[in-house]
Amino acid sequence: MTGFHEDEARRLLLAALFAVMLALGLAVLMPGAQAAESRTLLNVSYDPTRELYQALNESFVRQWKAKSGEDLKINQSHGGSGKQARSVIDGLEADVVTLALAYDIDAIADKAKLLDAGWQKRLSYNSAPYTSTIVFLVRKGNPKQIKDWGDLVKPGVSVITPNPKTSGGARWNYLAAWGYALDRNNGDAGKAQEFVTALFKNVPVLDSGARGSTVTFAQRGLGDVLLAWENEAHLALKEFGSGFEIVTPSLSILAEPPVAVVDKVVDKRGTRAVAQAYLEFLYTPEAQEIIARNFYRPRDPEVVKKTAGAFAPVKLFTIDDVFGGWKKAQTEHFSDGGVFDRITAKK
Amino acid sequence: MMSGKAIREPALVRWALTVAALAFLALFLVAPLVAVLAEAFAKGWAAYVRALSGDDTWSSIRLTLIVAAIAVPLNIVFGLAASWAIAKFDFSGKSLLVSLIELPFSVSPVISGLVYVLLFGLQGLLGPWLVEHDLKVIFAVPGIVLATIFVTFPFVARELIPLMEEQGREEEEAALTLGASGFTAFRLVTLPNVRWGLLYGVLLCNARAMGEFGAVSVVSGHIRGLTNTMPLHVEILYNEYDFVGAFAVASLLAVLALVTLAVKSALEWWHRDELAAIGH
Repeated sequence: MTGFHEDEARRLLLAALFAVMLALGLAVLMPGAQAAESRTLLNVSYDPTRELYQALNESFVRQWKAKSGEDLKINQSHGGSGKQARSVIDGLEADVVTLALAYDIDAIADKAKLLDAGWQKRLSYNSAPYTSTIVFLVRKGNPKQIKDWGDLVKPGVSVITPNPKTSGGARWNYLAAWGYALDRNNGDAGKAQEFVTALFKNVPVLDSGARGSTVTFAQRGLGDVLLAWENEAHLALKEFGSGFEIVTPSLSILAEPPVAVVDKVVDKRGTRAVAQAYLEFLYTPEAQEIIARNFYRPRDPEVVKKTAGAFAPVKLFTIDDVFGGWKKAQTEHFSDGGVFDRITAKK
Repeated sequence: MMSGKAIREPALVRWALTVAALAFLALFLVAPLVAVLAEAFAKGWAAYVRALSGDDTWSSIRLTLIVAAIAVPLNIVFGLAASWAIAKFDFSGKSLLVSLIELPFSVSPVISGLVYVLLFGLQGLLGPWLVEHDLKVIFAVPGIVLATIFVTFPFVARELIPLMEEQGREEEEAALTLGASGFTAFRLVTLPNVRWGLLYGVLLCNARAMGEFGAVSVVSGHIRGLTNTMPLHVEILYNEYDFVGAFAVASLLAVLALVTLAVKSALEWWHRDELAAIGH
């Protein structure tokens, strides 16, 4: 029987009404709750810096409180460098960006005009308060005897690296391999392309981000060697224990992950002073030591001397020397129809 | 029993089929669930509790509940209105409306999210206007709610439309001839008739609202403690090598799903007489 269930219908209606009101109430309350919070900064960063900025933020928040008496909360957003830049372009309100490569911050300046094209001159060392390089992570005992880039193209060696189309770290990997091949072949670009093609033939899976590749290699046990940021390799060693070894190749690329204040955002939010202080803090000896402890190579000469033992010596070349800068490397190698597309299409 | 025997398959086939079905269920449904719990408790109960007591984890739980609390009631209203209009009235463009309602099912969630970025993003259609008026939609809670509403929109309507169509409009017409107003007829006749369908729709809608990853991921901006819902937080914890944390939050999501199922079963059990009467 489907009679008139008057009571029940009324109750249902009341419940629905109540739920809507509750939801609206929450929605109204929420912005208020956010506004009541202390001053905040949003740092939009790339994947492998999670642990680094956790440590740096703690230290800076303490300093800022002592200096200005103000409670500061630094919010973090992490993801693939290119994706993060895209989010900032689309309106993610980052007070500062700390990305994997200058090209991504250039994109923010270019496409959204949120900061000035000359941003990289504003802070010392090309606005990169720390550097890193690309090293190899291999399984304990190095069963495939991987010593240098040349060993990666041998048959039967399985190489794990993320996709250069989406990952900043992967582009550094690719360019480091290319630079090595140029160096060995007296600058012959054709030989370099052959070498990199052979290398990518040995890659069974391309993850979209650096962290994804590390998990693929370390947790899921795929591959013989992982091409990784030096800091990422050390962190994996720390997190996953003794099953791995780091191999530093004879030659690698100097990665300079830059930082910048996003002008339009800080002016709108009134956070310029604290954002500027935050980035300058990264260059202080205190921050530089935290940076070295997180396996990024510091810039401060004193700290460099003090922490030299933690970093294997390696000959480094820069992207400007070998590739004529990021913009050129990007168009030539990673844009649609670029060298990377061509060599992977051949596969 | 003779006729029963005649249509029976040989015992071997029956057993094989039953075992195959159970094995499939165990492999694809039970095993993953067990694996989630096993990983979550890999380092013991204390580690599990510690993993869940982080500030960021709590804020992700809060955000997920808030988003569901806004999206689900709104979709109840939209779903009821849409299915009522479609089932009880004739108008041109009706089939177009039905297809539109089902659109979120056929579109990839990532696209659903991107649509909002294209619309409300800084480079988008409404972006500059929003910035001028200091309104934040994407990379903030409103965007997450919008994306969730979009993705969960069909659930209530899809449950109700066939049910209402099957019931026809005789009862409403009777109510109207007896002098009831349109709203009274809806409240006293239509709503009670469809309340079971509505309940299923709401439960499904809620489960999806809490579990949505793709669309929400595109519009969230992934700010820790502010715009991460539970599914996004699971990914972040996993990427931070915090496997216990990731699976602990995942286990909470699984528990939410199980609670939803339990509520549904309990309601069915309490009202079993009534359900039998209306032939469910």
